[in-house]
Amino acid sequence: MSDPYRREDQGAHPPYAHDAYASTLKRAPRQPLLRIEETLSEITGPRFGREVIRPGDIDLMHFNGGEAIGERIIVSGRILDEDGRAIPDTLVEIWQANAAGRYAHPVDQHEAPLDPHFSGNGRVMTDHDGVYRFTTVKPGAYPWRNHHNAWRPAHIHFSLFGPSFATRLITQMYFPGDPLLAIDPIFNSVPDASARPRLVARFDIDTTMPEHALGYQFDMILRGREATPATPEEHRR
Amino acid sequence: MKARQTPSQTVGPFFRPSLIEASAENLVQAETRGERVTIEGRVIDGDGAPVTDAMLEIWQANAEGRYDHPDDDQEKLLDPTFHGYGRAATDATGTFRFHTIKPGPVPGVDGALQAPHINVSIFARGLLKRLVTRIYFPDELLNATDAVLNAAPLERRATMVAGWMDSTHRALRFDVILQGGHETVFLDV
Repeated sequence: MSDPYRREDQGAHPPYAHDAYASTLKRAPRQPLLRIEETLSEITGPRFGREVIRPGDIDLMHFNGGEAIGERIIVSGRILDEDGRAIPDTLVEIWQANAAGRYAHPVDQHEAPLDPHFSGNGRVMTDHDGVYRFTTVKPGAYPWRNHHNAWRPAHIHFSLFGPSFATRLITQMYFPGDPLLAIDPIFNSVPDASARPRLVARFDIDTTMPEHALGYQFDMILRGREATPATPEEHRR
Repeated sequence: MKARQTPSQTVGPFFRPSLIEASAENLVQAETRGERVTIEGRVIDGDGAPVTDAMLEIWQANAEGRYDHPDDDQEKLLDPTFHGYGRAATDATGTFRFHTIKPGPVPGVDGALQAPHINVSIFARGLLKRLVTRIYFPDELLNATDAVLNAAPLERRATMVAGWMDSTHRALRFDVILQGGHETVFLDV
């Protein structure tokens, strides 16, 4: 069997129970997880071909015959493993609120306007170098009912598969300098404060297109593989 | 290591319709080899209330017991009509449903066959990272020796084994209890 994947970075990934995020209270398991050795079931995983990407999936600026309103941005980056190896040909799914902070979703009752030309959905495959890139509008902050006067910082949701069931990741990308980050229970659920900046994109003048759109870079790192232990013979060499 | 893992964040309540297509809960085509099963269940929270905004994904081997993936180098046939991945959202009653086939057994770490199983990821508002479990099949001899099933506490093992909905043995019931007395066994993979 091929090498297993490294374990989750405990400082990076939030606990299930996080009191400041009220929805975890009745949904977090109370029993400890059962730790298992990885088998073929975990080191394999779904793969998707480029045929799943539809025209328009990487351009969220245009929808329903018109152009979305808002600050146009380009978001680009690489998907890598912990050893810095590119993860090519992997599906990236994104979804987000519009520039006013409203999702095109029936459950979202925020009184901000919907934009008929913005769906907030996108999909892109990474290229040979693990690079993805899409154009969208900068999402707005929005209120939620977690606590009094609670507001989510502007964010874009990312869904990544990587090469295996073990590497599956759903996360959120935030924007640099957002004052709401310091008081957001979801962002601050990451136990190691030094790991939180990994969720914040970097403004990048080289990604920025003159007369067109601001550019942000956001790399995402998935679990890498355990190195095969060297045999004694290899040590002697 | 050169870089450190990107933290997980919750899928939140607004993943629909972006991530959900009704067709993704059906894994089989007419030509797919294997025994058809429908798997239906509910996701339930610590108050016993249905979780109406969960997303489940499944990943499984084909009827021969081979995963459609380059790291599965077993000499078993691939099925070009079966890729083994499905996704479904829970509805207003917390119910999800998959139409698939019973997978064949695949080897475990020591080469011994694992019992047939389907790998499950659960995402929802209030889950800051996914939960992982497995769906095992009832009346399966290999269940008695399966390493993962047997590593679970005896009194909780049954939470990973689906039940037949009726005597036709075409539909299985598998509930996911996030928290509480009958909490599902969740795996650290």
